[in-house]
Amino acid sequence: MADEKKLFKVTIDNISVEVEPGTTILNAARQIGGDIVPPAMCYYSKLQGSGGKCRTCLVKVSKGSEADPRPMPKLVASCRTTVMDGMEVANITSPEVIEARKGVVEFLLLNHPLDCPVCDQAGECHLQDLSYEHGVSATRYEFKRRTFDKIDLGEHIQLHMTRCILCYRCVFTADQLTEKREHGILGRGEHAEISTYIKESLDNDFIGNVIDVCPVGALTDKTFRFKNRVWFLKPVDAHRNCENPKCCGKTTLWMRGEEVFRVTARKDEYGEVEAFICDVCRFEKKEAKDWVVEGPRKISRTSVISQGHYVGTVKPQETIQKVLDGRQPKLLMDIHSVSQVNQPNVDLSKIDGPAHSDDFNKKGVQ
Amino acid sequence: MGRKLLLDKAHIEGIRYYDVYRKNGGYAAAEKALKSMTTDQVLDEVKKSGLRGRGGAGFPTGLKWSFIAKPEGVPRYLVCNADESEPGTFKDRYLMEFLPHLLIEGLLISSYTLGANATYIYIRGEYAWIPDILEEAIAEAKKAGWLGKNIQGTGFDLEIYVQRGGGAYICGEETALIESLEGKRGNPRLKPPFPAVKGLWQSPTVVNNVETLAAVVPIINIGGEEYAKIGVGKSTGTKLISACGNINKPGVYEIDMTISVEEFIYSEEYCGGIPNGKRLKACIPGGSSVPILPANLLLTTAKGEKRLMNYESLNDGGFATGTMMGSGGFIVLDEDQCVVRHTLSLARFYHHESCGQCSPCREGTGWMKRVLSNLENGKGKMSDIDLLWDIQRKIEGNTICPLGDAAAWPVAAAIRHFRDEFEWHVNNPEEAVKRNFGLAHYADPLPVPQPVA
Repeated sequence: MADEKKLFKVTIDNISVEVEPGTTILNAARQIGGDIVPPAMCYYSKLQGSGGKCRTCLVKVSKGSEADPRPMPKLVASCRTTVMDGMEVANITSPEVIEARKGVVEFLLLNHPLDCPVCDQAGECHLQDLSYEHGVSATRYEFKRRTFDKIDLGEHIQLHMTRCILCYRCVFTADQLTEKREHGILGRGEHAEISTYIKESLDNDFIGNVIDVCPVGALTDKTFRFKNRVWFLKPVDAHRNCENPKCCGKTTLWMRGEEVFRVTARKDEYGEVEAFICDVCRFEKKEAKDWVVEGPRKISRTSVISQGHYVGTVKPQETIQKVLDGRQPKLLMDIHSVSQVNQPNVDLSKIDGPAHSDDFNKKGVQ
Repeated sequence: MGRKLLLDKAHIEGIRYYDVYRKNGGYAAAEKALKSMTTDQVLDEVKKSGLRGRGGAGFPTGLKWSFIAKPEGVPRYLVCNADESEPGTFKDRYLMEFLPHLLIEGLLISSYTLGANATYIYIRGEYAWIPDILEEAIAEAKKAGWLGKNIQGTGFDLEIYVQRGGGAYICGEETALIESLEGKRGNPRLKPPFPAVKGLWQSPTVVNNVETLAAVVPIINIGGEEYAKIGVGKSTGTKLISACGNINKPGVYEIDMTISVEEFIYSEEYCGGIPNGKRLKACIPGGSSVPILPANLLLTTAKGEKRLMNYESLNDGGFATGTMMGSGGFIVLDEDQCVVRHTLSLARFYHHESCGQCSPCREGTGWMKRVLSNLENGKGKMSDIDLLWDIQRKIEGNTICPLGDAAAWPVAAAIRHFRDEFEWHVNNPEEAVKRNFGLAHYADPLPVPQPVA
């Protein structure tokens, strides 16, 4: 097999894996899976050029490669650093990395409003997960948090700039999926914000995907806003024949009973979509009859979305069928509301001994 | 009197114009390089000269040039970084304003060496009047046959374009500069790939500081070996220092890197001492982002030797007791200056200039500014000092570009060397807003550590 490509061996937290040349450290770690996968807030494997900005995926390269074993002088962004043969990486085994990540989480939360109780992203928010795992319980920031003016992005997408962590994912999405990008980053430093230049609405065919790629609650679905919490909904995989040739038509419906509350693309365990969907599927097909349901979506057992959706549980049996024993009464009524026997004017507690029909006899009433 | 190589003709009237420049030996180096030397020979001379990048990092220029990828059929670019925005640094402005042809000649030789047919001068937006001077000089040079097609019959083509920046410090970082030059938002790129492989328009690119490129001219004129004889060790040649702050004679000085810091501050030839008989308290010897040093550590190293004005000696002791040569923005603080206030103004600068791309710098610079502002205005707590230390430590090294480090170092150094001044601000909040801490013990001679037997 001479034409077989040489694989690079890389060791992450003492676990070795062989990957194709050109793979990033993060993707190599995802091939191993589990706890050693660095968190990623800005990197998105489907979006070219993303990554490197949030710095949560910093790792320590303790050995550069077999040929050049020197360690890298600084922590590197694992999402954008490609592996070398024989590279050794320390993620959760390096106290330096843990410390730096804690710092980054603190920086990310510095100006975040932490309004999770009223945020639609709660339950599927990457920042929530990240701060739960790496954050501290209290902030050391004593100043007023940064806020932004509300910007209207049209009828489908709600922008909460105050929650944004400037991952640039939505910018890349608009660049790579839609015909024309209408929003971008304005301003610099702390004042940088996602915005359209003169408050235009975002209405490209595929622009709804910015909602899916947004790791926080900065971009949310206006058609779903405040309708329900995600953990009360049941995600099911569904598909339809979408007229848009670029759209795969494969989605996740978030349902409660027969009602479709929202439609998203199918997301994997890292919160990345399997394929992007068009805005018609996302915003306009909100009825169960529009879709062919395939089955329940697998959600990680540890996710809050799984709460209440226990696998293999037995429903308590309804006893009424058994009692009726095949009889089909035309009318079922609550006997308490129509009973002529129990008279409300008789105080049962005052009757001496067990009640007798005489007690209810009209004559018996004193 | 040190030897001058860059500014030796700066006093000649009309040197800004081509005729005067040419009459005074201008374009001789370009003539020599283009007509009698191969590109490898020029590169060899630059390597032999030991010239180090004058923009701040001090990377050997010859080595940088030799890294440029040379794939077939792909153009190569030279970009001159004239986005000189570091507070305290103004040497490039002087060069471009008074000796534009020196820069153009340097660009010509460098472009010839690198095989670049298009060269860009990316100039800081605030230098509003200098692009006109440069463009005039470029037109003159073009008329005289030093630019354009088939330069002086050698078959080498070169166009120089001047691009004005929008006024962002971050665009002085080479990859952000390239992005800005391409017409995009000036966000630094992630490296690798390095500009030498994929720079401007995904083509191999070299980005050099104005002074570095101008220094190529005397190197060709006198030869690399002769140039390397000036200076000491790895600090060869001459360096422009822009001195400012509490000194009698602020300005741009050319030094040959053998003089001591003390001589530079107090001699009549250079800064001329500190005005009004005040005493030296602290100094930032290389532009705002290098660590600040108190007087005692500035004049002598921790080993008790005299500190010299060169890359190695200023860096002696690392960040614990040393600093950096940086871009040569020499800021002197006398005993009346408040280090806390000074650090606040630097923190404010970095907060304002952070591009906002990566989280530690975007959030951390503003946090540091606010904490420092509290300390300065008498609202600080003792824990704030440790908090500042912790913030800067979490920014440093964790960002995409060196702006994060540049924002962290001044704060770190100020706390490291002037902690008692910070504590005084906390303990005397009312006094701190009225008067300064003063000189204290910062100029006291340091005990020289005795070597352990």
